[in-house]
Amino acid sequence: MEMNQYLDMFLEESKEHLQSINDHLLVLENKPSSMDEVNEIFRSAHTLKGMAATMGFEDMAKLTHEMENVLDQVKSGKMAIRPDIMDIIFQCVDILEGMVYSISENGDGRFDVSEAVNGLRRILKGETASTQAIGDSAQNEDPIAQEEIPFDEYEMTVLKQSIESGYSALWIKTTVRNDCVLKAARAYMVYNSLESVGEIIKCIPSVEELEEEKFDKSFDLVILTHKSEEELKKIVLNVSEIDSAEIRTIDLKSEAKENKKEEHEQSLQSPKASDQSSANGNLPVTGDSTNGQKKHTTSKTIRVDIERLDVLMNLFSELVIDRGRLDQLAKELLNGPLSETVEHMNRITGDLQNIILNMRMIPVEQVFNRFPRMVRDLSRELQKNLTLQIEGAETELDRTLIDEIGDPLVHLLRNSIDHGVESPEERKKAGKPEMGTILLKAFHSGNHVFIEVKDDGRGINRAKVLKKAIEKGIVSEQQSSSLTDKQVYDLLFSAGFSTAEKLSDISGRGVGLDVVKTKIEVLGGAVSVDSVPGKGTTFLIQLPLTLSIISSMLVDVGSEIFAVPLSSIIETAVFDKGQIMRAHQQDVIDFRGKVVPLVYLDRIFQISEEFTAHKEQISVLIIRKGDKMAGLVVDSFIGQQEIVLKSLGRYLGNVFAVSGATILGNGKVALIVDCNQLIK
Amino acid sequence: MSDEKKIIVFRLLDQEYGVELKYVKSIERLESVTKVPRTPKFVKGVINLRGIVTPIIDLKERLGLPQAELTEESRVIIVELDGLEAGFIVDSANDVLDIPLQSIEPAPNVFQGVRFEFLEGIAKLDQRLLVLLNFNKVLNLEEMDQLSKVEGL
Repeated sequence: MEMNQYLDMFLEESKEHLQSINDHLLVLENKPSSMDEVNEIFRSAHTLKGMAATMGFEDMAKLTHEMENVLDQVKSGKMAIRPDIMDIIFQCVDILEGMVYSISENGDGRFDVSEAVNGLRRILKGETASTQAIGDSAQNEDPIAQEEIPFDEYEMTVLKQSIESGYSALWIKTTVRNDCVLKAARAYMVYNSLESVGEIIKCIPSVEELEEEKFDKSFDLVILTHKSEEELKKIVLNVSEIDSAEIRTIDLKSEAKENKKEEHEQSLQSPKASDQSSANGNLPVTGDSTNGQKKHTTSKTIRVDIERLDVLMNLFSELVIDRGRLDQLAKELLNGPLSETVEHMNRITGDLQNIILNMRMIPVEQVFNRFPRMVRDLSRELQKNLTLQIEGAETELDRTLIDEIGDPLVHLLRNSIDHGVESPEERKKAGKPEMGTILLKAFHSGNHVFIEVKDDGRGINRAKVLKKAIEKGIVSEQQSSSLTDKQVYDLLFSAGFSTAEKLSDISGRGVGLDVVKTKIEVLGGAVSVDSVPGKGTTFLIQLPLTLSIISSMLVDVGSEIFAVPLSSIIETAVFDKGQIMRAHQQDVIDFRGKVVPLVYLDRIFQISEEFTAHKEQISVLIIRKGDKMAGLVVDSFIGQQEIVLKSLGRYLGNVFAVSGATILGNGKVALIVDCNQLIK
Repeated sequence: MSDEKKIIVFRLLDQEYGVELKYVKSIERLESVTKVPRTPKFVKGVINLRGIVTPIIDLKERLGLPQAELTEESRVIIVELDGLEAGFIVDSANDVLDIPLQSIEPAPNVFQGVRFEFLEGIAKLDQRLLVLLNFNKVLNLEEMDQLSKVEGL
């Protein structure tokens, strides 16, 4: 079908719009009076409707159409946002997400939307009947006297302070003439000339919308100024094609009433909604016009298909391989000019490598932005009162990692909400604020990216963890008393461990933190946990910046060359045969006072040549997986090299202890050893 | 229009076989193969095919035919099917033929020791007999998994 070529675009844009609706709904939940959010949601729903109808996804079009109807009522002021409206719109978004997912999986996007549609219609009916009358009667009177401009907390503060310091706050309703051709230009002129005499703190519709001519005939401005009403009126009417300007001084007392009502509404809502200051700052808010000064920020970017970047990366990888080869040749030939050129090329490709790797970096925001919604839903479900703070959402990660890191983070967050943060009553008893906080923070450090999930909950109960671990046979009774707190906390990551006494379906489904740990280690990272009883728990994930080019140690085993990632090597060492000891039918060595088991790579990989048996000394790579160590016995070390990680292809998808392959300077393929699978 | 198939003809031992041209990416000489441990016996390892790591399969071993030494004539046919890519070692590959569809007959149960499921048909052309292979089955992944479980310990 010819529609297919548009399908990708449709899916991509639908996802963007749904995300945007989600974001704005969350803001709206905390600021029920914010028209900007309603407008944004309306616009996204409208676009979705159009797209869905064009593509022939009728259920989707139907649902968005009903959503639009309800939003339209809210937008035109005939209905106020209430918790039940929020809930149903959230539900709709979930359904829409399900549809988009189904379509992307080659489904038809069909869904039974009747329940949601009915819910929306009920709201529409119940409300329009009672509010219509008020709307009608209001229309005949002076519009400005009846309408109330909704101010949020910030704007109220600004207003209050300015009035106290002698400014007057004026509300100006400007109407352009019917035959006005350049509405946007006129609006801009009004805005501009007013801005020169005072500070405009609010603009309805927003400045962006004014610029895009998204208003009918009139628009509202609130300005703080020393000028009088008459002076301002003159200024506005000076602009041509303006029909009228109505001006009223804002009396804070009458506004206060409005505000009180809002506060009341908020306190009725979900536990989460009552505090907004912290959470709001971190939610992506577009079209926010708290100060009416926001300008379009258009940075110069182009969109590039991610596949093209992959191709570029592959081509560059080949260049890296050739570079290795040239390097080798230059060293053999010992030709001055050749060596110089190769050296220069090395520097340039090094820079190039940095740039290309940087291009593949995506802000973690892409993963983070779905969490506020998840946390909201979960906290409601579990009747916990908490906010999610996000820091460092702009931190960048390789896109392969971005794709993989979502699930582990979901798990950690669920864990914190379920087990970490206490119920409001419990928190009160402990003398903590009722509202729990979960901090999700990403930051760069050295060659790594760290992601922290921190809650201010009850912390980890050492005794409880130990009891469980002994029950499950993870540690013995004697061992348990000598463990440090840190070691006890690390038990949480052991397989088959779950401390929640009653199983909830949020976390603790048997698959536990051990899955998180494994996943992150597969990505070449590490995860650790720290906790202060009564104060909270912090999970710290460490990830490499990129996965495509890694530093590794090349080693010889038999006639083959293998690459071992430097990230898993602690150090290299040579031992005499006599230093090998036997313990539990296993060869071990004493490495700096620690007993380290030996793993013979030739035996693991079934390389038959009997090399090691005759040698007097053995070469050992001390490798680690978390806290565990092992000695990887090889024939000899070749040296350190940057290698390009390549997959073995789908045909050889799952080879034991091999995580991939790379191409060496001589054009041969070398396998990359997966140390994680060698340590048990 | 398509009452003919373009077939690449290759030889295993003394018998000629065929694979449809549209599945063949290229034909290569056999160069250094890196062994991959703990894989089925017929997987000889991987090669560097212009920057792509490609698995190499000994087709004779895969089909259960007797072994023969590699010679100067030995080639690797790179086959791509459903996104799976692999190279097959054959004793020689030297011909491309247009085969009329009506000359293709269904395969007998077993043909010269090759199991039925690997056979797609037999093409009879003048003096020649071409065995067309079903590479979907030859590249069967599920069987791969089972085999690697058994052989890979």
